[in-house]
Amino acid sequence: MSDIVLSLQKLHKRFGALQATQDVSLDLQQGEIHALIGPNGAGKSTLIGQIAGNIRPDEGRVFLADTEITSMSIAQRARLGLGRSFQVSSLAEPLSVMRNVMMGVQALQSHSFRFWKPVARDRHLLEPAYAALERMQLSHRAWTPVFELSHGERRQVEVACALALKPRALLLDEPMAGLGPEGSAKLTELLEALKLEVPILLIEHDMEAVFRLADRISVLVSGSVIAHGDSQAIRQDPRVREAYLGDSDA
Amino acid sequence: MTNNTSLTNGASQAATADTALVPKTGSHFDRKGLVQMALLGLLLLVPVAAYFLGHIYYVNLASRITIIAMAAVGLNLAIGYGGMVSFGHAAYFGLGGYVAGISAYHAFDLTPFMTWPFSLPGSDSLLVVWLVAALLCALLALAIGAISLRTTGVYFIMITLAFAQMIYYFANSWPTYGGEDGLPIYIRNTLPLVDSSNALTYFLICFVGLVLAMAITSRLMKSRFGAALTMARLNDVRLATAGISPYPIRLVAFVISAAITGLAGALYADLNGFVSPNMLSWHFSGELMVIVILGGVGRLYGPLAGAVLFVMMETFLGGVTQYWQLFLGLVLLGVVLFAKHGVMGWLAGRERNE
Repeated sequence: MSDIVLSLQKLHKRFGALQATQDVSLDLQQGEIHALIGPNGAGKSTLIGQIAGNIRPDEGRVFLADTEITSMSIAQRARLGLGRSFQVSSLAEPLSVMRNVMMGVQALQSHSFRFWKPVARDRHLLEPAYAALERMQLSHRAWTPVFELSHGERRQVEVACALALKPRALLLDEPMAGLGPEGSAKLTELLEALKLEVPILLIEHDMEAVFRLADRISVLVSGSVIAHGDSQAIRQDPRVREAYLGDSDA
Repeated sequence: MTNNTSLTNGASQAATADTALVPKTGSHFDRKGLVQMALLGLLLLVPVAAYFLGHIYYVNLASRITIIAMAAVGLNLAIGYGGMVSFGHAAYFGLGGYVAGISAYHAFDLTPFMTWPFSLPGSDSLLVVWLVAALLCALLALAIGAISLRTTGVYFIMITLAFAQMIYYFANSWPTYGGEDGLPIYIRNTLPLVDSSNALTYFLICFVGLVLAMAITSRLMKSRFGAALTMARLNDVRLATAGISPYPIRLVAFVISAAITGLAGALYADLNGFVSPNMLSWHFSGELMVIVILGGVGRLYGPLAGAVLFVMMETFLGGVTQYWQLFLGLVLLGVVLFAKHGVMGWLAGRERNE
């Protein structure tokens, strides 16, 4: 089972009367893109929160490779190799792209209580950050402040930030949201190339992208996984059509 | 990234990164550099000139400006660079002052500060006073910060204020060291080799303190720690996601900030030969905040510009009318409305983040 990079085991989360996550078990294997889809209110955000560390599950466990991360902080999970991007991009806008990406490199190398050496000439920070940007074809924007970037470029920066952690698994929350067809196509291409190195758990609304990219798809409805399989199986699954795509959409 | 030395300076970054924009490497002789040098140069030259012309009053005024600026440099590290709006920095300023006062009191009386569990005498050495003041302020800030930093926004402002007021009332009601009457320092604490009771010498000591505090802040903010602190201010979710917990970063910055303000407090008590609960009061916390905002939040020279403006207004307008704070209010209003980056932003232009 060493192929499994990220696994969720029987997660439960309840907010008052609302069962937001109900007995969810999922895994992410080396070399794949596993897509998680579901209609609004299906509990996707709650589930992501439990993987990323901002929400504690009531029951169940989360593993990153062989390490249990269920009760670790967001920062600890990141240092262990869980990279993530946000539905609404979350970057330090006044800073350059480079300064955003360098944070992850810095976290990986040692603690941040180093008070003397300037970061601006620190090759141990600059070079890996630059490499992560090149990976996302964004190195030409390295010294541009984030607020000058287009929406699509910010998406790429987010993924580059995650890559700077040398992640074992990537958790991408609707990376295509708000992108035009062009940006969406470009990101799809980049992610396709990326999955060979880092497996990706992809939460996405853009069905085109999901069916093109995902090796496996899990469908979340009302807090539980109602279907699981490759894109062919998911397209044909009657429960999925009913719950998610809508009957008439066939 | 084939060339190993390619990232060692700004110029060669461009070569590596094709069309990459090179971060502007500010020359020391641009507008900002000139304004900063003029500010620091005037602060140094005016009291030297005043001393040789026999106007000791102005030398002491410059010392006062310098010390207040140093206290504001400490606060600026918390507010401007760390995004932690502390409304309780008077606690550290006052504690530093009381360290100087209490130490001198026992040294003068030849009584021990405490006898149990070990005997601790007073000291009239400035070096000892500074060391103890910085350490105690750091410890106090560690305790206050550890609790306060679990909150944000208005709650953080209020809880830091509450802690400072506790200390204020404690000093106010503790009769041993003068209570609300304060505690005089009859003879200024001393340094080896130099005569600290000389007004110009003491100004120069304060000036070195201010310059060191600014140099430390500047260096700190360029380091890995500074990069993390900047990210904690701008987007703490991003910092955590990048693998660095914001809380310890903020706490350490808060502690350093308090130690700098505490050192300034010790200098202030020795300048005035007097320490009283006023140094601990929330008025002073507020004045420090006003100074930071006037000068420019998060600007290295902001606290200095703010302190010059504030103390000058207090001294010269305060000599004309007791309602001088009306004019201070107007200036503050003007700065907040028309010069969001403070006096330094107005004089030296906007700071560019790389």
